[in-house]
Amino acid sequence: MSLVNIAELSESKIRYLLELTQFFEKHPNLHILEDRVVATLFFEPSTRTRLSFETAANRLGARVIGFSDPNATSSSKGESLKDTIMMVSNYADIIVMRHHLEGAARYASEVAPVPIVNAGDGANQHPTQTMLDLYTIYQTQGRLTDLNIYLVGDLKYGRTVHSLLMAMRHFNPTFHFIAPDELKMPQEYKDYCNEHHIKYVEHSDFTADTIANADILYMTRVQRERFTDLMEYERVKNMYILRADLLSKCRDNMKVLHPLPRLNEITPDVDNTKHAYYFQQAKNGLFARQAILCDTLGIGLDSEELKPYIEKD
Amino acid sequence: MNHRINQDNALQVAALRDGTVIDHIPSDKLFSVVSILGLEHVSSKITIGNNLLSQKLGLKGIIKIADRFFDDDEINQIALVAPNCRLNIIRDYQVTEKKQVRLPDDFQGICKCANPKCITNNEPMLTRFHVLGEDRKTLKCHYCEKQMNRDEVSLL
Repeated sequence: MSLVNIAELSESKIRYLLELTQFFEKHPNLHILEDRVVATLFFEPSTRTRLSFETAANRLGARVIGFSDPNATSSSKGESLKDTIMMVSNYADIIVMRHHLEGAARYASEVAPVPIVNAGDGANQHPTQTMLDLYTIYQTQGRLTDLNIYLVGDLKYGRTVHSLLMAMRHFNPTFHFIAPDELKMPQEYKDYCNEHHIKYVEHSDFTADTIANADILYMTRVQRERFTDLMEYERVKNMYILRADLLSKCRDNMKVLHPLPRLNEITPDVDNTKHAYYFQQAKNGLFARQAILCDTLGIGLDSEELKPYIEKD
Repeated sequence: MNHRINQDNALQVAALRDGTVIDHIPSDKLFSVVSILGLEHVSSKITIGNNLLSQKLGLKGIIKIADRFFDDDEINQIALVAPNCRLNIIRDYQVTEKKQVRLPDDFQGICKCANPKCITNNEPMLTRFHVLGEDRKTLKCHYCEKQMNRDEVSLL
């Protein structure tokens, strides 16, 4: 079964995938996909995500085929997405794909005879990022329920914050949206919160007091090219930067997350605090993707392949 | 004079022996309805009236198609452009059934996704939409998941 969109997963499915992720954190080098071929089709370059998927596949013993640069492929000659997907389906057992067009993964999952894992489709969805975010929240807080989650920066275009918001609807969170006016959380996601009884508070100031009650501080990049008004960008660009001194009033258990790459929105002095957790978060991407590759291939905690290791735990 | 108008209206409908009358189409959507139903390829008699006076709409259009009856799935497609139109099913000069159209919860084709970065605008494939909201005025693209207002989409 393909993974296209995080919002479609039930609470029990999410909890199950987190359990599987935890299993791979304990056993990252299991050669259970030795006879499988994983295709990674990156119609849009993304080195970080591709390396994470390919490492996940390699550590499970799978062979990896694919491309990381669409200019070297026949899609640059005008081949349709469907034709590329149908061709690769002849060779691989599973296709991991990233595409600049929105809805590409959904369409691929409808035409392909093999499962599709969406590794990002334009501004739309990036479900494995959300799984690793959820796992990181669970790992650092010991639970997913009743947490105060502060989202900071670009909440308008930030695909990761939108997916996180939708995935958290099962767990009674309280969200705090901290963003400049031009990059505020769009109305459709606030409607989504209201429909699903998710509590949220909006702020435009980012101070030690505003974030004092946070359990999770999820930072995102404020990008210059997102602004229509460059004066506005100049005015706000330094307002959403996390410095170590802003952490003076925060809770002990609070962790700072960031989907990476970061530029200047978290200063390096934060790295040395006990709150910084973005590098461990990126590492969790490996385990989350191992869990997703196995799950989409029909291998799970009750499969013969994993049983010997589960009994040992 | 009133008598005259009533008689004219009665004639408009009664002139058909067997077939379907689609009434109360907004005047500016008449030709969209023609195209969605593919009436240009129908060989039976078709009468089209447009810019007729209507108490409800101001100006309306009407289409009479002889010897043609539509499935609900087929006719409901025009609900996107003419949500308030009325159908009269005529058999042997009598109106045997009156129907209203209803936009399906999920439909393929008919209109384009408004998002230029949507896969449906870049790949030879059918569009697909889900209808949302109590007023059923919001369409959500099945592929890129963007929501758009029903009145803003352009037809294929």
